[in-house]
Amino acid sequence: MISLGIESTAHTLGVGIVNEKEVLANESSVYSGKGIHPRKAADHHADVLKNVLDSALKKSNVSLEDLDMISFSQGPGIGPCLRIGATAARTLSLRLKIPIIGVNHCVSHIEIGKFATEAKDPVTLYVSGGNTQIIAYVAKRYRIFGETLDIGIGNMQDIFGRTLELKFPCGKEIDILVAHGKKYLHLPYTIKGMDFSFTGVLTEALKYIEKEKKEDIAFSLMETAFSTVVEASERALAHTGKKELLLTGGIAASPRLREMCEIMCDERENKFYVPPFDLCRDNGAMIAYHGLIEYKSGKRMKLEDTVVKQKWRTDEVEVTWLS
Amino acid sequence: MVIIGRGAEAILEMKDFKDLYFPSKDLKIEIVIKKRIKKGYRIKEIDLHLRRSRTILESRLMHEAKKYVRTPTLFEIDPDECYIVMEYIEGDRVKELLEKINSEKREKVCFKIGDMVGKLHKNGIIHGDLTTSNMIYKFNEIYLIDFGLGEFSRELEKQGVDMHLLKEALQSTHYKYFLEDFETVMEGYEYIVGNEKKKEILKRINEIEKRGRYVRRDSLYNKQ
Repeated sequence: MISLGIESTAHTLGVGIVNEKEVLANESSVYSGKGIHPRKAADHHADVLKNVLDSALKKSNVSLEDLDMISFSQGPGIGPCLRIGATAARTLSLRLKIPIIGVNHCVSHIEIGKFATEAKDPVTLYVSGGNTQIIAYVAKRYRIFGETLDIGIGNMQDIFGRTLELKFPCGKEIDILVAHGKKYLHLPYTIKGMDFSFTGVLTEALKYIEKEKKEDIAFSLMETAFSTVVEASERALAHTGKKELLLTGGIAASPRLREMCEIMCDERENKFYVPPFDLCRDNGAMIAYHGLIEYKSGKRMKLEDTVVKQKWRTDEVEVTWLS
Repeated sequence: MVIIGRGAEAILEMKDFKDLYFPSKDLKIEIVIKKRIKKGYRIKEIDLHLRRSRTILESRLMHEAKKYVRTPTLFEIDPDECYIVMEYIEGDRVKELLEKINSEKREKVCFKIGDMVGKLHKNGIIHGDLTTSNMIYKFNEIYLIDFGLGEFSRELEKQGVDMHLLKEALQSTHYKYFLEDFETVMEGYEYIVGNEKKKEILKRINEIEKRGRYVRRDSLYNKQ
């Protein structure tokens, strides 16, 4: 079976094509502004959709007629952006007369992570711009064991980066600053059970600007934020008794976060997995793959079920494809 | 020396009281040493600060909480080596207990949990990590352990987060009877703090959940 997936929850418009065994194509175009302007981002997605779709088809050597199903990210995300992907998916489904499946973006991250690595039943640390969650599969649901009480780590990075006038999304440039930081500046450390929050540490970090070197501030901010989520992940591993950690989401690109997760897992003799970066960040292949396994488990959707869900929680998804 | 537990941040070792303190006396008291271990993943500035401050705060909270609820007795603390020596409580963890008892007994346990949290909050103590793994059941009483993330506060916000964590723990670990269990916990809480305060807390929990990234639609408060 060949599945085509469209991702459009936030700044990335991605088209992926997969079959049961491999990713055939995974193309994308990223909107860039000073943050994400919902309408402008949606306009960007609509503009580039045809090109990204064409290049995915070309790369995979698959024609539209070869497709067996369409899947798209139905939520959570930014409304106008989601609607572009959903509209494109409906159009393709109607024109090609093939089934359509809307999937939960957060769960897609986990499923493609399991597909791309040897992780079987991991605790997932999902860190991106809008989302920072610790998720584990327990009795038919992906349950959230910890999550941010205010903003995601990526969001925090971007606000910090914008203040320093770095290019959006700021993760890459901040990673470079972090690598050059040496002095730790004291910052508040907020963890509540397995939940955490980042606005407090962000505010305090911003107060250091112009008083301290920006490398040191970035280093201290990211050390603190990463320590929090790694500590919460460790708590989740201890609490659920699971033996694997899967790191995914756009911030999985950070070398320091990967290193911290790896050390934590080594120290408690757990396994650590991180998919290739193209499958960590927002991408079409994860949507295509997730749609495929939902379809094969018997899930069917009518067109009227394909309305986008901006605030769709990970733990609201009924998992039909796992035992 | 026997390691009886390995939590996310500490190792628990069991020893004989007399071996540690009075080699000559013939005492039969078992004790636990809770040692916060170094974490290689975080830089030493953060690591030592967290381990030291949590050791001190946990001891103070446990000692204060003992006036109102059951907690292990403290024998010794060492902030530099980051360990606490305390009484060993032999019993069942409420995490496992809740899954194997009948509904009548479960109601009693949940009521008791709410009652305990009520007493702590009423006296300005926030536990900070209210999961059922941190409750030990012994002779019809529940002992609260692991105050490592707690604090002294009477703020409604902090009490709300404390209760929200307990609710999440029930929902993720004891999902089968989550709604009834949480309702019973709130009854026990109300028994101590009164109806007015219970309503305030429920309202605040709801606010806290809304502040999270996505609203949980099946939250108990919404259904009332």
